[in-house]
Amino acid sequence: MKNILFAALLLSLNAVAADADYTLVIREHRFQPSELIVPSGKKIKLLIVNQDATPEEFESHALNREKVIAGNSQATLYVGPLDAGRYPFVGEFHEISAAGVIVAR
Amino acid sequence: MFGTSVIVFREVLEAAIIIGIIAAATRGIPGSRRWMIAGVLAGLAGSAVLARFADVIGSLASGIGQEIFNAIVLALAVLMLAWHNIWMASHGAVLASGARAVGSDVRDGRRACSVLFLIVGLAVLREGVETVLFLYGIVVTGGQSSMLLGGLFGMSLGITAGYMIYAGLLRVPLRWFFSATSVLVLLLAAGMASQSAHFLIQADLLPSLAAPLWDTSAVLPENGLPGIVLHSLIGYDARPAGMQIVFYLTALIAILVGMKWAKRSRLSIHSITGVV
Repeated sequence: MKNILFAALLLSLNAVAADADYTLVIREHRFQPSELIVPSGKKIKLLIVNQDATPEEFESHALNREKVIAGNSQATLYVGPLDAGRYPFVGEFHEISAAGVIVAR
Repeated sequence: MFGTSVIVFREVLEAAIIIGIIAAATRGIPGSRRWMIAGVLAGLAGSAVLARFADVIGSLASGIGQEIFNAIVLALAVLMLAWHNIWMASHGAVLASGARAVGSDVRDGRRACSVLFLIVGLAVLREGVETVLFLYGIVVTGGQSSMLLGGLFGMSLGITAGYMIYAGLLRVPLRWFFSATSVLVLLLAAGMASQSAHFLIQADLLPSLAAPLWDTSAVLPENGLPGIVLHSLIGYDARPAGMQIVFYLTALIAILVGMKWAKRSRLSIHSITGVV
């Protein structure tokens, strides 16, 4: 019984680890990379690092996600599983420069 | 400057719509205005404090603190709106007849007022934090006064829209008035329940079920004015997850059942005292 529980625990840990990890960096009100390629059909754990002193709001209507990231800090959010396609996002507080796209393949 | 106006307008509008509807729905409750103003002030003060600690909150629970915070604020607001609507279902008729609350109803009315305080405070808090952070960002990066002016412009537009909803509702004839406002409050609450689910999905604390369940962004985009207004008013989402719809319908049905039950128990009390 204990072994089964242990196996289940390992499996669930594996499932967590299998979530692909991706990072977006905000610097001078721009996203790096501005095009992020991710696998389709998989839940993605997205880390957003804001290196600017000012707060930014990651917003994507296509992904149905919005999140404020304070200045000089980072935050995590989950997207997907996504169908193959292009999902644009912006930094709502600096929409002119801060724009990018997540491409699911 | 224009971009700044739009962003601030969007944030302020959501809170202003809630406050406008609640202000109309609670006309005739003694002291309700004072409590609502206190709610706005407390919400603003809370926004400033939370904006100051946004980085701390954001980093809680390994980066999903903001989602948890938003989900809790929204869930509390749903509970308060539900309580308000159920309370109005049993007291609305009395208020509509113009009778002054007396006796035990005064204590009851006071409780209703503190709920008002919370509803308004939570609405301002949720939208306020983002607005404060945004304006703070402008000030830090050189603070062009035209951008700040744009922010103020957007804010006054949002407040005007909220006031127009309030004034418009007051023109609704009295015999439909309480049904009209209670339907609006009901939809507000359901929309907030859906948003609460949205944040928990974003934090991976809830499964999304189907995501998106549908996509109406081509017909009614969320970033156009009708989409924004409908989003605040009835919780419109162009690409909702299935779980959001589950939350929406659950809140809707639960509050409706509560209202029916409150109306019935009120009626039965009346018929009993009528017999005695």
